[in-house]
Amino acid sequence: MSYELLGITVLWTFLYGYLIVASIDFGAGFFSYYSVITGQQNKIHKIIQRYLSPVWEVTNVFLIFFVVGIVGFFPHTAYYYGTALLIPGSVAVILLALRGSYYAFSTYGSKENRGYMLLYGATGLLIPASLSTVLTISEGGFIEERGGEVLFLWPKLLASPYSWSVVLLAIVSVLYISAMFLTYYAAKARDGNALEVVRGYALLWSSPTILSSFLVFLGIRTQNPRHFENMLDLYWMFVASFLCFLIAVYFIWKRRNYGWAFVLVMLQFAFAFYGYGAAHLPYVLYPYINIYGGFTNETMALTLVIAFIAGLLVLIPSMWLLLRLFLFDVGYVQGQKKG
Amino acid sequence: MQYDPVFFSRMLTELTLSFHIIFATIGVGVPVMIALAEWRGIRTNDPHYLLLARRWTRGFVITVAVGVVTGTAIGLQLSLLWPSFMKIAGQAIALPLFLETFAFFIEAIFLGIYLYTWDRFKKKTTHLLLMIPIVIGSSASAFFITTLNAFMNTPRGFTLENGVIKNLQPLVAMFNPATPTKVSHVLASSYTTCALILAAIAAWQLLRGKDHVYHKKALKLTMTAAFVFAVSTAAIGDLSGKFLAKYQPEKLAAAEWHFETETHAPLILGGALDENNEVKYGISIPYMLSVLAHNDPGGKVIGLNDFPKDEWPPLVIHYLFNFKIASGMFLVLVGLLYLFRRRLSRTLEAPRWLLRMIVVAGPLAMLTIEVGWFFAELGRQPWILRGFMKVADAATTSDHVDMMLVLFCFLYLLLGFTVVRVLGKLFRKHDVFEEMITLGIEKGGRRP
Ligand code: HDD
Ligand code: HEM
Ligand code: HEM
Repeated sequence: MSYELLGITVLWTFLYGYLIVASIDFGAGFFSYYSVITGQQNKIHKIIQRYLSPVWEVTNVFLIFFVVGIVGFFPHTAYYYGTALLIPGSVAVILLALRGSYYAFSTYGSKENRGYMLLYGATGLLIPASLSTVLTISEGGFIEERGGEVLFLWPKLLASPYSWSVVLLAIVSVLYISAMFLTYYAAKARDGNALEVVRGYALLWSSPTILSSFLVFLGIRTQNPRHFENMLDLYWMFVASFLCFLIAVYFIWKRRNYGWAFVLVMLQFAFAFYGYGAAHLPYVLYPYINIYGGFTNETMALTLVIAFIAGLLVLIPSMWLLLRLFLFDVGYVQGQKKG
Repeated sequence: MQYDPVFFSRMLTELTLSFHIIFATIGVGVPVMIALAEWRGIRTNDPHYLLLARRWTRGFVITVAVGVVTGTAIGLQLSLLWPSFMKIAGQAIALPLFLETFAFFIEAIFLGIYLYTWDRFKKKTTHLLLMIPIVIGSSASAFFITTLNAFMNTPRGFTLENGVIKNLQPLVAMFNPATPTKVSHVLASSYTTCALILAAIAAWQLLRGKDHVYHKKALKLTMTAAFVFAVSTAAIGDLSGKFLAKYQPEKLAAAEWHFETETHAPLILGGALDENNEVKYGISIPYMLSVLAHNDPGGKVIGLNDFPKDEWPPLVIHYLFNFKIASGMFLVLVGLLYLFRRRLSRTLEAPRWLLRMIVVAGPLAMLTIEVGWFFAELGRQPWILRGFMKVADAATTSDHVDMMLVLFCFLYLLLGFTVVRVLGKLFRKHDVFEEMITLGIEKGGRRP
């Protein structure tokens, strides 16, 4: 494998990691708020808090890692995206900042208040929407280089149906992934009331997820035919993704194998996400940056890869410890150990 | 005024960093203090120190949250505001940035565990052990990010050919000449500042008449630590001056209004410049600048006139440098006085005037961090990568930086305001005395 491919695979993996953990977090924020306004607070709120409290900061690091990594491996992306994304990037940063800090304020600080909850719920949907536009832009057609200046074609982005279908997919899948996870978590905590509520959410959001993925799939055809062709070549990945989806929903429907159901959801998104990414290659930003032209020098690439492996050696045991203490420790999940 | 993206990018970077550095400093220093308190508590079996660690941690997580979100903002802003810089320098400095994220990861994971496991382990030391990766993680992030800043001051380990970086040696870039003094000064000053801020809180409680031994123990622990750290900070600061004399003479010369290269150079404090760059009203200490730069009254110090005028750093940094040295001396003095009094009286009591000085020292230390950074960063002007790239060539060309500046101003105002309010509420809600009763340290009854 070439360094270029290795680099982009590492980054894509972190983005995938972020997609999963952040979706759980974003969706949970929304459900948490929703449960408050519909008066079902006492049923699911606790479960959500118990899971989120120890892990929210870790979620954020996944994103940072991706940003730092992409600038490290592909410094030219900083130039194009950096120039073009000043406004959406800043807006996303502000939303993330509000969300993270207000979560901490209400969890560790004073008593919970409705204003914080609203902020937390709303940002949970707005952030994925704004971050997902980066993927839209990467398809090409929204950034232009004219006379050495990089221009971002705002109106075109806003008028593009494709762009809106991506936003829709982002929001819907956040809710779906999150509900699927919470179903598993509630089952593990043997919390029957919560389980009923979140299981309902999971089923509710399953069909919109698949429908909107379909829309996006079709949208790519007009937006970037080259990409679409490549995706057709990798059709088996999308089929596999769909199968995982079917089995996962079936398990939930039949009220069994909640753990496996969530694994299948992760696989569903893994297949689709890697399929999408592989078909996108070699471009990072169509047609300006491809992984071969925009790559850093070889010395740095090798150094980064070594650093990455060394980092993983420390990181994986620590993650395992975290999960063991909070996700797989039945006593903690059921709320007997308060910590 | 005409719209200038370079100007606004600078303002926005300044704003975000000045805000972040407050929380970053807390993030670096407070874990060390928490570890010290918990360690003492376990060693001497004194529940007061354990409670201290617990209460500090409770406030700490809130500041961490703000540190994390503002850090995320900088991480993205570096690319959004300085795309040309990141395109070139990104190739040389990706390593420390990359490693920094791993350090964050470790810190974040173990902090999550630490927070929720106070009573979960049978052996108390197990919980204390969790603090080690947190301390290492946060100090390591400061280390890595500071090597990056050091690189901007003394870029090494590459050659630049037509805007492309060649012959890169990542480790040479990371361990450049500025790294040793810069990293150690930043770490030591963070530890000093946090010790003093926690000391200021304890002193404030004592001044308000909360005469409990808990606060006195807190004061003893924090002030002892603060003294040790403050002395090291000042000593390393002296070494930083020597570093500047050798590698960034224009920064030192601008800080000292030293125009002609000469031996036996005097140190100037305060004063004002007239239109011919003559110093007026300043206090001049003979030979002192040569001593600061070379440990030798006859040492030769390079003056600003040896540099082209358009590469002079702004001369206001003179005042920033003066402020810093004065403040450094004051902080050492406060620590010294406290320890001296304690030796003499052999009690935990401290007189009110000393408590007042300590209350001032906490915020002053934080202010000194800000001033120190402004001194170091303005002193690098006009370069963003000294000798290679000027700030004006590095900024974005985007149209809306001014609008973003306004937005971020609001964001930081809101965050700053809320964090103060939340911290205040938190400590009012958890009264120390009541908490001691709940934990069985105190029996209730008379409220001191
Ligand atoms: C509590 C904070 C604090 C205190 C008491 C001091 N400093 Fe400091 N100083 C910093 C906080 C700081 C800093 C904020 O951490 C800086 C800014 C950039 C850096 O590398 O560290 C810094 C930078 C800095 C630099 C510039 C280094 C460079 O640009 O590479 C010099 C020459 C000194 N300091 C010298 C001193 C001296 C002689 C002190 C003696 C009393 C002193 N500092 C006390
Ligand atoms: C270690 C990390 C740091 C890095 C990588 C860094 C990077 C930068 C960059 C890219 C700029 C813009 C270019 C320039 O104007 O020179 C800048 C400027 C500046 N930074 Fe830093 N900075 C760091 C730490 C800090 C901190 C902690 C502060 C403040 C408390 C600070 C204060 C400033 C100021 C005041 C300027 C503007 C100077 C001017 O243009 O007027 N920096 N820094
Ligand atoms: C250009 C400069 C800087 C960048 C890009 C930057 C980036 C970041 C990021 C992304 C985070 C959040 C990490 C997380 O999610 O856990 C963060 C937090 C932090 N930063 Fe900065 N930072 C900069 C300057 C500094 C400086 C100058 C220091 C220290 C001297 C520092 C020390 C820290 C620490 C200790 C944290 C952890 C927050 C906490 O635990 O409170 N950073 N920074």
